[in-house]
Amino acid sequence: MTASRRAPLLEVSDLQVEFPTEDGVVHAVRGVSYSLEAGEVLGIVGESGSGKSVSSLALMGLLPRGARISGSAKYRGDELLGLEARDLNVIRGKKVAMIFQDPMTSLNPVHRVGAQIGEAIWAAGVLSKGDANKRAVELLDLVGIPQAGSRARSYPHEFSGGMRQRAMIAMAMANDPDVLIADEPTTALDVTVQAQILETLRKVQGETGAAMILITHDLGVVANMSDRVMVMYAGRPVEYGTVDDLYERPRMPYTVGLLGSLPRLDAEGERLTPITGSPPSLLNLPAGCPFAPRCPMVRDRCLSEEPPLYLTDEVEHVAACHFWMELGGEVIATEVFEVTTVDDAEPLS
Amino acid sequence: MTALLEVTDLVKHFPVRGGGVVSRTLGWVQAVSGVSLTIAAGETLGVVGESGCGKSTLGRTIMQLTPATSGSVVFDGVELTSLKRSAMRKVRRDLQIVFQDPYASLDPRMPVSAIIGEPLRIHGRWGSGRSGKDAVAELLRLVGLNPEHANRYPHEFSGGQRQRIGIARALALEPKLLVLDEPVSALDVSIQAGVLNLLEDLQGRLGLSYMFIAHDLSVVRHISDRVAVMYLGKIVETGSRAEIYGHPSHPYTRALLSAVPLPDPKRERLRKRILLQGDIPSPVDPPSGCRFRTRCQVFASELTDAQRSLCVSEEPALEDRGQGHPSACHYARVEAVV
Repeated sequence: MTASRRAPLLEVSDLQVEFPTEDGVVHAVRGVSYSLEAGEVLGIVGESGSGKSVSSLALMGLLPRGARISGSAKYRGDELLGLEARDLNVIRGKKVAMIFQDPMTSLNPVHRVGAQIGEAIWAAGVLSKGDANKRAVELLDLVGIPQAGSRARSYPHEFSGGMRQRAMIAMAMANDPDVLIADEPTTALDVTVQAQILETLRKVQGETGAAMILITHDLGVVANMSDRVMVMYAGRPVEYGTVDDLYERPRMPYTVGLLGSLPRLDAEGERLTPITGSPPSLLNLPAGCPFAPRCPMVRDRCLSEEPPLYLTDEVEHVAACHFWMELGGEVIATEVFEVTTVDDAEPLS
Repeated sequence: MTALLEVTDLVKHFPVRGGGVVSRTLGWVQAVSGVSLTIAAGETLGVVGESGCGKSTLGRTIMQLTPATSGSVVFDGVELTSLKRSAMRKVRRDLQIVFQDPYASLDPRMPVSAIIGEPLRIHGRWGSGRSGKDAVAELLRLVGLNPEHANRYPHEFSGGQRQRIGIARALALEPKLLVLDEPVSALDVSIQAGVLNLLEDLQGRLGLSYMFIAHDLSVVRHISDRVAVMYLGKIVETGSRAEIYGHPSHPYTRALLSAVPLPDPKRERLRKRILLQGDIPSPVDPPSGCRFRTRCQVFASELTDAQRSLCVSEEPALEDRGQGHPSACHYARVEAVV
């Protein structure tokens, strides 16, 4: 690294994760690269099993012992992968913090909420226990918990789902991290509570200037929160670009299909374009593009050669499709995908 | 047009029992508190609301899977709440349900042919020779699955395919009304779209009526002719799809619609969000007067104290106050939010 170029806040390159199992090696993440600047929100979308959560857990050293991780993930130029727990703890929770989907399993049921947040602050070694607990109450107030002083003395089961998720956000923000990784933070919540939590995330992010990685399957949440978007499929990014670009001018058939299969709150009567078949097993990925078996634009080349991320007609917009240029201008899903109900795919074996 | 299903003032309360040897009833969960609705032949009624609003209990009570506390359910001219088991079994041919979880609602030890054929056998329609097997093959084709896979087991199918099996089973007896309880919420979006298209096609082909219960407002808009919005055991607003989504008049409907993020970044940035306070109150002890008032943005910031006292003391009836469709708000007013 030359002195003239400042290292990005977070830089991930060619991250790979494998899980050896009895049936063979599951290649859960197959080359994820991105960089994140301060204050930026990166949305990572994908369906179940696309590797979106695993790729973030790997950064935090939270994968099970058997996982094989390669590639690089640098926080301000310092490598995170392969660090010993003691060295990782300098960064984990303090510089890079995480919010999980299910706050009930992430909070300790036998400790008071305020004490748990206080402990996270006190453990950083800057504040005394008393001051840490005071700071915990301030944080609970910041994330919008009414009567934070008395609610800090409650146990997690006395909180509703939305309040628990607020408490998790407070805990993640406890040491003023530079990067916040939110893994499906609103998936378990009702839509009105989701709106509250997204607003809270936006508020704390605005006040602290932290960068955020927002992992979700909800294309609406990503459109609402993100600056840039990464779409993942079968363990790797298949499209990446600014949020406006990607939603208006998708250049990967999978993204087109995802957007077209979504019923819209702001329109009615349109026919949906389902993607036939199912995502491939990550155990024995066939050669070629992993989306090819489900792709309406598939050619011979797609079956033999996995497409790299091509730079498309837009700046900083890349797509893993050999034939992205055929998706010109604003793409209409019904022109790419056949509107069908019949699922010809073979059952899983 | 006469209604295929007519529900009047349906109430379902569950007892809250204390622990100990002799359990006492400590209170009642008012899951469904006086719901009236109708569904015409060939029509889809969407029932939408957040968790705990009573929408699933409503579906199960209509199906008589759990007995109603009071009220009436008339299906195809027959009152169901007073029906004996054997008579109810006959009605079930015409009234079927599809559950949310395609993993839990299919017996893992039965091949698909037996799962789909079971209703035919129970109701004596299996027939002789190949007719039962042919019926199963036809049903599989109908829901877009390969009939050659009839001898496979549920675990050999993906989530979307399993939900199609659940639908095929529900269709086996050629019912008139399907109660669909969150039929697509466990599925990834690309799979969900196929099941929604299938439901639309089947309705067109077989003239089915649907009661479509879901929390996803976009899905409900897509599939429904009419929509009922539920909050804490009551319908707070009901009307045609265009009325509910284009001209919402209840503060809860407006808040619900404004909370859904659109998959369109440019429109998202222009939208104003109505943020509700707090969480849904306990259905054991719902607020007096209007049940929504504790979270209502209009109650909190627009009404005078005199106006508020009406919300506290008097429960608003579900009626048209000039907005064109019934709404259970004393101060209902139409305001587009999508």
